This record gives sequence, C-alpha cells and structure tokens, in this order.
Amino acid sequence: MEFVRNHILTITLFTPLAGAVVVMLLNKERIDAIRWVANIFAFAGFLVSLPLVFWFQSAQPGFQFTEEAMWIPSIGARYSLGIDGISLLLVMLTTVLGSISILSSWTAIQDRVKEYYVFFLVLQTGMLGVFMSLDFFLFYVFWEVMLVPMYFLIGIWGGPNKLYAAIKFFLFTLFGSVLMLLGILVLYFSYHTQFGAYTFDIRQLISLNLPLNTQIWVFLAFFVGFAIKVPMFPFHTWLPDAHVEAPTAGSVILAGVLLKMGTYGFVRFSLPLLPGASADSRIVKFMVALSLIAIIYGALVSLMQKDWKKLVAYSSVSHLGFCTLGLFALTPNGIAGSVIQQINHGISTGALFLIVGIVYERRHTREISEYGGLSNVMPVFATIFMIITMSSIGVPALNGFIGEFTILQGTFEVNKVWAGLATIGIVLGAAYMLWLYQRTMFGPITNPKNEKLADLNWRELATLVPLVIWAFWIGLYPKPYFRVLEQPVAQIVQRVRPGYYAKRAVPVPAQPVVVPAQAQVTTEK
Amino acid sequence: MFNEFFSRQDLLLIKPAVLLALFGCGILLTDLLHERRHKYLNAVTALLGLGFTGVQLALIQRAMSAAGYSEVSGFSGGLVVDGFALYFTWIFLIATAIAILFSVRYLEVENEHHGEYYALMLFSLVGMYFLATAMDLITLFIGLETMALSVYVLAGFLRGDRRSNEAAMKYFLLGAFSSGILAYGFSLLYGLTGSTNLRAVADALVARPSGDPVVYLALITTATGLLFKVAAVPFHQWAPDAYEGAPTSITGFMSTAPKAAAFAFLLRVFLVPLAPLRPAWEGLLVVVCVLTMVVGNLAAISQNNTKRLFAYSSISHVGYMLLGLVAGNETGLKGIAVYLLVYVFMNLGIFTVLVALRRKDIIGDEIEDLSGLFFKNPVSAVFMLIFLLSLAGIPPTAGFLGKYFIFLSLIETRHYVLAVIAVVFVVVALYYYFRLVVMMFMREATDPERLNISPGVAVALAITLAMTLVIGIYPEPFIRLAAGSVLVPFR
Repeated sequence: MEFVRNHILTITLFTPLAGAVVVMLLNKERIDAIRWVANIFAFAGFLVSLPLVFWFQSAQPGFQFTEEAMWIPSIGARYSLGIDGISLLLVMLTTVLGSISILSSWTAIQDRVKEYYVFFLVLQTGMLGVFMSLDFFLFYVFWEVMLVPMYFLIGIWGGPNKLYAAIKFFLFTLFGSVLMLLGILVLYFSYHTQFGAYTFDIRQLISLNLPLNTQIWVFLAFFVGFAIKVPMFPFHTWLPDAHVEAPTAGSVILAGVLLKMGTYGFVRFSLPLLPGASADSRIVKFMVALSLIAIIYGALVSLMQKDWKKLVAYSSVSHLGFCTLGLFALTPNGIAGSVIQQINHGISTGALFLIVGIVYERRHTREISEYGGLSNVMPVFATIFMIITMSSIGVPALNGFIGEFTILQGTFEVNKVWAGLATIGIVLGAAYMLWLYQRTMFGPITNPKNEKLADLNWRELATLVPLVIWAFWIGLYPKPYFRVLEQPVAQIVQRVRPGYYAKRAVPVPAQPVVVPAQAQVTTEK
Repeated sequence: MFNEFFSRQDLLLIKPAVLLALFGCGILLTDLLHERRHKYLNAVTALLGLGFTGVQLALIQRAMSAAGYSEVSGFSGGLVVDGFALYFTWIFLIATAIAILFSVRYLEVENEHHGEYYALMLFSLVGMYFLATAMDLITLFIGLETMALSVYVLAGFLRGDRRSNEAAMKYFLLGAFSSGILAYGFSLLYGLTGSTNLRAVADALVARPSGDPVVYLALITTATGLLFKVAAVPFHQWAPDAYEGAPTSITGFMSTAPKAAAFAFLLRVFLVPLAPLRPAWEGLLVVVCVLTMVVGNLAAISQNNTKRLFAYSSISHVGYMLLGLVAGNETGLKGIAVYLLVYVFMNLGIFTVLVALRRKDIIGDEIEDLSGLFFKNPVSAVFMLIFLLSLAGIPPTAGFLGKYFIFLSLIETRHYVLAVIAVVFVVVALYYYFRLVVMMFMREATDPERLNISPGVAVALAITLAMTLVIGIYPEPFIRLAAGSVLVPFR
C-alpha cells in the first residue's frame, strides 16, 4: 500500500499507456476484445485516480503525491510529478471524461478500431502527464506528445473535411508550443544566470527574480502557446474546424480536456512564475479585453450557427472567455471560479458533444433544421439535454451557476464594467442554448425521418448520467471544490497581488517550502 | 631514415585510415572471386573493415584516456586526434555501416551489385577521417577531395540510368567548382600567414591589423567553398538534383556521412583558423542561416519526389546546425554535435524505408509510392512516422534534443529574433513531413504488392529506430558524449 501511495501518480499516468500496449498486441480482427480491453483500461484509469480524491489534504499547501526521479542530469530535467488542488480537479476531469469518451465510441467507430483505441489511450496518458508534471521539460514533452494522437483521431475517423481540420489543429497548436518552448528556455537560462544551477522544476523557478521587461516577453511567449490552446480570440479559428470534423469522442476530449490545458498553463505557469507581468495593468487589460470579446463574440456567433456541433464549438470559446476573465481578475474568487468553471465546462460541453454524437449516430446529420420535436420520441434524451442546457447557461442548482457567479464576483471586485459586460454573455448564452433546444426538441416533429428515432440505450445513458450527477453535485454542494482550491489559489493571489490578504486583515496563507537549488544539479563548465 | 620523418605515433594515428584503404583495395580484389549471388560478401568484407577500424579507434581512445591526453597530434601538428575528431569519426563509421546494410538488397534489385560500391564507400571514409583529424589546410583539402570524388562516382553508380549520370555530373561539376573556390581561399590564407597549419594561421591572423581587404577576400572565398560543401543557401542548388538522381541508397549515405564530414570540416575551419575573424563572419552566417531555413523549408512543401523533399529537408537541417555555430558558445557547439548524431540516425532510418520501397518496376521515390504503406507494412509506416516526427523535432524523439540545444544556445547568446525564426520554421517543416504521413496512413495503397524487407534492411531499421527513440527518451549518455566533443574555439 505504501508503494501505491508513493507512486499513485505514476500508476494513474501510465495505466492508459499500458492499455494502449495491450490493445496493440491484440489481433486487429478481434474487434470486440479490443473494445472491452480498451474500456476496461480506461475505467481502471479512473478507478486508480479515485484514491487521489480521498487522500488529498486540502489544508496542506504545496504539491502532494510528489514523485521525483533523475532523468537528464546534464540539463537538469527530472521526472517530477505532483498535484495541488487545481491539478487534482483537472486530473479527475481527465480520467472521468476519458473513460466516458472511450465508452461512447463503442458503436460509433467501425473501422480501424484497434488504431483508434491505441491513439485514444496514448492521448489519455499525454493529457494526464501535462497536468501532473512539475518539471517544465517533462511538461513540454507531454504537451507535444498529445498533438500526434489527436491529429490522427481527427484525420482518420473524422468528418468530410478531416484532413484540413487535423493539420490546421496540429500546425496552429504547434506554433504556440514552440514559442512557449522559447519562453521556457529563457526562464531556464535566467535561473542559471541567477543561481548557478540548471533546473526545470517549477518549484525552484518560482524563486526567480526577473526584471519586468523580461517577464513581459516570457509572458507573451507563453501567451501565444496557451492562448492558442484555450482558444482565446483571435486564435480560435482552428477550433470550429477541429471540433466539427472530429469524431464524437474526439470532440468530447478536445473540448473537455485539451482546451483546459491552455487555462491550466496560465494559472500554473504564467501567473505564479511571472507575477510582475501577470499583474501589469497593460497585460491585464489586454487579457480582459480578449476574454470579453471571446465571451460576447463567441456567443453571438453561436447564435448564428446552423450546424449543431459548430454551435457547441463556438459556445466553448464563449465559456472559456469567462475562465480567462476570472483568471486575470487576479482575485481569489476570480481564480477559484475560473478553475471550477473549467471543470464545469468540461462536464457540460463534454455532455453536449455526447448529445450531438447520439443524434448524429442515428441520423448522420448535424444540421439543426433537420431536427425538431425530438422530445416527443426521445423523452429521456430530452430530459438530460435540458439539464445539460441549464448547466451550460448557468442556472442555479447546477454547476454552471457556481462557476459563473464566482467569476463575476471576482471580477466585480476589480472592475464593475468588466463584470457587467461579462454578464451580457450569460444572457446570450441562454439565448443560443435555449433557441437550440427549442428548434431541436420542442414542438411537433417536423421531419418524418425523426419519427422512429430510438431513445437512449443503456450504454449511452451510462456515458451521460455520471456527468449529470456531477453537474448537480457541484451545483448543490460546491464546498469540497472550493476547499481543495483554497490553498493553491491563495498562493497565486499572494504572488500576483502581494498586499491582497494584508489589506483585508485576513491571515496570509502559508507559503510552500521553496525547494532551494539542489547541489546535485551541477553547473556545466 | 624512416624514423626521421615519421614517428610510431604518427603511423598509429593514421592507422584507421590505412585499414579502411586496405579493406577497400581488398574488396576490389576479392570482388573478382565472387559469383553473382555471392556479391553480398563484399558488404560483409566492408563491414568487417569498419569493425576493425572501429576497434582501432577505440584503442586509440583508450590509450589517450589512459595517458590522460585530451588530444594527440602527429605529423608535426598536421594531424590531431581529439574528442572532436573521435566523435565525428564514430559518426562516419556508424553511418556508413548502416548505409552498407541497406545497400545490399537495393543493388541486387538494381542489378548493379559490384564490389566497387563498397570499396568507394570505404575510400570516401578515408577522406572523411582526414577531414575530421587534419590540422593543415592542404591535408584538409586532400581529405575533402578524396571523399568527394568517391561520392561523385557513387552518385553515378547506376550506369544505365540517365538521372543517375546527370546527378553525378552536376554534383561533380559544382563540387569541383566549389573546391576550386575553396582552394583559392586556402591559398590566400597561406599567402597572408605563411603557413598552412590551422593554428599557425589563426595566430598570424590575430596579429594582422584589421580591415585588410585581402583578409576579407580570403574569408569570403573560404566560407563560400565550405558552405557549398554543406549545401547551405544560396549554394544549395546542386543538392536536390544530386539527391534525386543518385541511387536511393547513395542518397541516404550522401545526406548523412559526407554531410557530417563536410560539417566537421566547416567547424574546424571556422573555429580554428578563421576564429579571429568571427566579427566578420558571424553576420554573414546569420544571413546564410535565415536564407537556408527559409528556402529549405519552403521549397520542400511543393516537392513530389521524396528524395528531393529530403534533400531540401537536409538543407534546412544544415540551417539549424549553422545556428549553433552562430551562437558559438558551448551549448551551441554541443548542440551541433548532438544534432548531427541524431540527424544521421533519423535520416538513415527514412532512407532505409525508401530503399525498401524499390521493387521490380517501381523506383519508389515518388510520394505516391508511400500511399497506404500502413496497410501494406504497418511496422515500417509507424517507424517512418517516428522518423518524421524526429526530423520535425517533436519530443520525445531524438530530433527534439538536437533542436533543444540549438534553441537554448540562441537564447543564451541573446539571438532572440533568430530563435523565433528558427522555431517558426519547425511548424512549416512539420507540414511537409506530414504530407508523407497522410499518404502512409490515410490513403489507400496504389499497388498491393507487399514490401520485401531483407535482413540488412531489417537490421538497419531496428538500429535507426532504436537510436531515435533511445536518444529521445534517455539522452544522458549521448549528451555527455557530445559534450566531450566540443571543439574549444581558438582564442
């Protein structure tokens, strides 16, 4: 048990990869065996990550379940894993959505099944690695590794325009990643200049003291990488193509998890490592402006969409605009709300893509005009769709409300105009979601092809019900989520707004022990 | 009387080259004894020769470290075996060995399986050895020509194929032309300094007053000749034609071992005799690097012939390596060493797969020939994917490591704009590499004939893939090796 406890992150990280290897060894004709093995490993990946929830100590500052191993001493890269409250939530989101997406592919993928599950499981490991890495080099490796299986998932099993969407996704994201690499190298080299040791560990890089100008340049380098991933306006143009052309499970994982890596990058790297730049008023105004444009523009474009999947894709742009707005309000409510809203978006948009996938499998069209009155023939489906719609809009009792309200609270603290503009986004969100629901679900059945549609089967229910339950859980009892976020968010706020807690006569949160430059990582002569 | 001119140490230092030459000549003789179907024995002999040479090299290395010398010179300073020379010679040996492995079957299919092929490869290795170890302008030039002449003949080895003859002719003419320019540069250096020893030239150039136009003329002509040899833009025009027309196995060889040798030559000259002129040539190199990356990458996008595509890809890789020279610090030079090592393996891996595509009537060098490769031979398609990812520089493959050091060296020496340009072209490169991936994984096979993987090809594939992944995932020992090879620039 000690071994498991000490290595739980590695076990969680490599379970999907082990599954991929097993699937690779199976004969490609044995499709049923492949499906079962893949699903078992995906679900096992979720089960091994569950203990993280129970063993996590909310009161403890710093990273938990840390694992260290030497990897490349010559350059100071180590195999360092660890999670805090923020990454805990994202890791759980990844394992849950991962197993749900793999389950949802059961009947949707009919050819080249073996490669599909291999790529998906490798992608799962890549995503988990991004959230768990404490070493910048390791983080970068996992960040890039993720791109290849996602490219294949879109490019082989995607829609009519899959090749264009896949290569656009890859090149766009790669462009951001390589510029991010330059930012990482600047931090790495600056640390060596200041402290004489070579390290990529973010717990050590946090003690860097960079001049504001350097910080701003590194921030901009990181910004390109993360903003393309989120995606923030105006780097969002790859998203509609990738989402629409990807297979259902691909869209779920793309929207549910991959997009969160951009916001995770901001909250894990840009804010703590570059506090001067993050708090700089020009940067804040720039980020807030882009966020507000994303919220309102994303919502307006969603309103106009005729393609169901594209509507949901643009709604992601709008929702993640809220998340970036919350982050750059730089207040505890803003940042905590942003992280919770990221989880919420994963749940609700993931569910929305599953919903589109379910009707697509039946009718093979995504045109909204092709549907209408579906609630008459698919009542269970309609109920779940309504719940998810409410979640996406931000109605109280569901998760969306908690996230959006907290973000608005955090933003209002800083600038009332910004909060006001963001609230318009909520109204527009209600507009496009409710109109979508009305066009597809309410009223009489307009298209005779819809008359015989089957309602949800057990497998489809099994993919959606967990998300519904989770949505209600966060919506009705969000306290545990805020509790795990308390420490990491407080530390970040303390870094970017040093006087925040003192001004409010609130006890300054405990600082994590800064690991000093280690002697074994020697300077290169 | 013999001992007055040559010491035992001198002879020991050139023993690797002597062994290679002997084995080459031996192949020429034993080739006459072999029947048609036993011609592969020439390859075995060649590999044996490489083995003996490797052992000799290891013995030299061991003797040097036992005695505590970091470098040993011979022939009155005309030759030096240091970490740099040893590292590069090992690269040449391994690259040639892998090239021999995949050449066997290729030549059988082409019906040109003559022993001269392997002999010429060993002779070019002799030239390469001198390029890596020489400390004298004339010796360097001789080594260059020995290598180049062998490769010219190898490029035209398919005597009945017009493209091969044309490629050899173009390569020979442009190679001779550039050697002429280089010789002119060397003669100017001699005229200015009164010596052909690299270190003496450096000393003399330091003492010279700056601003002397003849010095600049010497620099320009020497640099031009050197850049021709590595096919940097704007001296790259010979490469695509030579690569496309040459037999595929020779293209694989040409793009790795002679290119590494030319690069070793370039480094030796820029870092020793031309080192005092760094302020003059640094700017020139920056322009060359940017042009090379731009032209190399953009031209590759529209190619339909895989050999031409990889020619332009090689050109762009040279651009990246030259960036390490522009940075010039230890990270930069270590980066060049790592990059070359990694580049050799991934390029040879690509060409191993391309060689395997050559069948009865199909040359196998059009992009369409790769279509549906995943369905015909999934293993080689996946290997090809990994090699392409490595060429693009995606972790955790070896190619990322080379680029990592180059980018780091640019950041360390404050060449931020260059760094941004370099990383942006990584994205461009990935586009044309993935054109091949689309062909292999997402298109139906145009002809259903299965690939014939001979034992030599299988071994070559295994070695190149293993190294591409191992260096990417566990690079520590290789980084240490490369660090040992860094040439301390003359101060």
